[in-house]
Amino acid sequence: MTERLGVGDYPLAERRPELVKGRGGKPLEAITLEAVVAGDVTLDDLRITPDALRRQGAIARDAGRATLAANFERAAELCDVPQDVIMQVYELLRPGRARDKGPLLDAARTLRETYGAHRMAAFVEEAAAVYEQRGLYTYRF
Amino acid sequence: MAANRWRRFADWDNRPLRLDRFAVEDAENGFAAFRSPHDPKPAVEIVDGRVVALDGVAEADFDMIDIFVARYHIDPAVAPEAMAMPSSEIARMLVDMNVPRTVLTRLAHGMTPAKLAEVVAELNAMEIAFAYSKMRARRTPGNQGHVTNAKDDPLQLAADAAIAVGLGFDEIETTMRVSRNAWSNALACCVGAAVGRAGTLFQCASEEAEELKIGMAGFTSYAETVSVYGTEHAFMDGDDTPWSKAFLATAYASRGIKMRCTSGAGSELLMGFHESKSLLYLEARCLCLQRAMGVQGTQNGGIDGAPVTATVPGGVRELMAENLIAVWLDLECASGNDARSTESEIRVGAKILPYLIGGSDLICSGFGSILKYDNSFNPSLLNGEELEDYLVLQRDFEADGGLTPIGEERALDLRIRAVDAIAAVFEELGLSEPTRDMKESVVVASGSDETRSYSAGQVAHISEAIQARRIDVIDVIRALDARGFREEAENLLYVVKLRISGDYLQTSAVVRGGRVVSAVNDPNDYLGPGTGYRVSEARRQEINGIRDVLDRETVLSQEAEYARHVAHGIALRGMGEAGVGGDPREVVIGVSPAFGIRLFRTLSGIPIDDLLRALVAGIGEGGGVPRIVRLRHTADTSFLGLSAARLSGSKVGIGIQAKGTAVIHHADRLPHNNLELFSNAPITSIDHYRALGFNAARHAQGELPEPVVVPQHGEAMGSRFHARVALIYAIETSLTEDGAAPEEIALTFAEAAA
Repeated sequence: MTERLGVGDYPLAERRPELVKGRGGKPLEAITLEAVVAGDVTLDDLRITPDALRRQGAIARDAGRATLAANFERAAELCDVPQDVIMQVYELLRPGRARDKGPLLDAARTLRETYGAHRMAAFVEEAAAVYEQRGLYTYRF
Repeated sequence: MAANRWRRFADWDNRPLRLDRFAVEDAENGFAAFRSPHDPKPAVEIVDGRVVALDGVAEADFDMIDIFVARYHIDPAVAPEAMAMPSSEIARMLVDMNVPRTVLTRLAHGMTPAKLAEVVAELNAMEIAFAYSKMRARRTPGNQGHVTNAKDDPLQLAADAAIAVGLGFDEIETTMRVSRNAWSNALACCVGAAVGRAGTLFQCASEEAEELKIGMAGFTSYAETVSVYGTEHAFMDGDDTPWSKAFLATAYASRGIKMRCTSGAGSELLMGFHESKSLLYLEARCLCLQRAMGVQGTQNGGIDGAPVTATVPGGVRELMAENLIAVWLDLECASGNDARSTESEIRVGAKILPYLIGGSDLICSGFGSILKYDNSFNPSLLNGEELEDYLVLQRDFEADGGLTPIGEERALDLRIRAVDAIAAVFEELGLSEPTRDMKESVVVASGSDETRSYSAGQVAHISEAIQARRIDVIDVIRALDARGFREEAENLLYVVKLRISGDYLQTSAVVRGGRVVSAVNDPNDYLGPGTGYRVSEARRQEINGIRDVLDRETVLSQEAEYARHVAHGIALRGMGEAGVGGDPREVVIGVSPAFGIRLFRTLSGIPIDDLLRALVAGIGEGGGVPRIVRLRHTADTSFLGLSAARLSGSKVGIGIQAKGTAVIHHADRLPHNNLELFSNAPITSIDHYRALGFNAARHAQGELPEPVVVPQHGEAMGSRFHARVALIYAIETSLTEDGAAPEEIALTFAEAAA
């Protein structure tokens, strides 16, 4: 993905359909009711790809929405992260779940090393530091 | 003992308004809308591109919200410029139609929560409404509806979802009475929302983790119950932090699911951690935080805190102000008008109006499309009961509130189709087999009190089966197709496919006519009259299409139909030109041009034969002698009466129109200075007409009888009758002829009139 997209390419499904593919690589036009009925389409084919999120990030940035773009860029890193891992990290980030920063730093390492989610890992590490500073590692329930 | 109270206060006590409890302004205890002595002064300090002080708090003392806002919201490149501008100057820019929206959204990137709050506090309610309309992100307005019911009944959810889609809601939101029922609710609503039209987005508000799982199974297409709070303590009590919520926001995006956060005034107050700050300042923090997190939008404007906010002086203005900050920060705004903040219908109407005429991405973040008692979120500002009021407000103001009227037949078709569709899916997937009686009861039910369908407990079994068997949206699409619901299968697939491109993750995205429409390809470009969103002629016709509207043909054919039934009961025979009578006891009844010719009943439904019988009898009882003339030079009551009086031997006459409006007049009086007037024809009864005749006869004899009073009870007579009156009266005026002479009338009643 080298081309830098902008608001002129939006909506991608209309203006750049050749760029839009599901997780399994199927183009939009291949995902038909017939294909679903025939069993050729799974939920995975209906998932967004990291590329699509980065493209939407570029469009958001071009539209003057840098923070939204950053979220899409972080999200691109999470596409491959399994649901249960996501739920575990989310749970750890909630107040009082971790008793010290260790579990959060472990989660950050997993995100970075297993899934290549560098931005996300840094974000979790940032949380670990802030939680320490604000005294969040306390008993809640 | 005499009562020592003006009883008007007792009347006021009984108004719905008095069920609302109001609170005194008390900043110390969190009851202050715009300003508290504890609100900080706007300030920012930046060293080497790093925010080291924010609104009077040094970096070392930042709480989690300060840290997040400082790192992710404040743009150090813009902050020095934006913070240096006087707040009054920026406030003027907000209401200056010549200053483009984008100039202001850029400045907002450099402004602290206290600065944003200080600026919008400069604006009065009118200015806030205008600025909101100018600053909201997407040009085309939209709306969101709640679809829930008290039994979590999936058949009713499907039927009501189809209705909500038919009404044009861009998004529908469900939740449950019993949390276990989340999966069943989600499946039922997504099937119902696929009936009739593709592209309505759907969410199922539940526990954070559960909601994401339901989204992953493909049933839902957006989420909005990711709440944030304006104080650190409230945030923690909400069991989250800015980092956990931001992580969740990213997780939703990574699954291609549209998402917005929720925040609103009053939540910190209700949660007991308000730090004695004003509602607006706390909300400004929430909103900066949301932009910092990188969410595309917010559900904002009090939300669950709207009722408590509305108890405070200026509270409703504050709700508007926080919505303004949201759109100024370039966030999609689902602008509250959600939790019912008052029992007063006047306060409801006043609350919604600025949003209706100014537009909003989603005017209500939950219009109750169902009845109040079926709303599992609690009643909304507007509900199924009042939905037609809202449709009429759209028509009144020619404003696009996002909804379109639907006719009775269409509504029934949608409900039948939706109930059949969900029943087919249940059967096909082996989840349940609803009986014909269950289905039929749901199709016609206004609310769950009227259904003989599933109980919440039965639904729990269905819901747990959906979850346990890992049924997902693909299974549902295939089940729909297998049972012949091909259009619904296509529609459902369309919505799930949206997540592949991610187009609807952009700010303010909805689906209209099979296209994603967002702030990117439909930006609000308001720059004064003729720009921004305008109601097209086609859309105007849709909005105008409310049911049961009078037109001339209908009224005329109704009158003609009635005439055929009544005309045989009376004969009014023309006897040539009428002269002035000589009998001093005479009372002339001057009837209008269409009386008994084209029009045969009064507005209160009295047939004209009964009417004339009553007048004649009353005149006789008063010792008078009646004579009837038809006047054709005028249809006006006063002139009918005066002309009749001038023909009368006693100088007293009665003028009467076919619709029943009547007057007693005297020949020597000025046209509009009559003796007695009967102007409220819709509530004038046969006894009143008889008494009118009697009084006319007494006037004829020089007496001053006690005037006949037709009691009224404050009915809005004009709103009820004037459309009809104008059409009927036009028949009278069409038969007038300048200078036409009065005509003597011989009256005969048919015997034994029914």
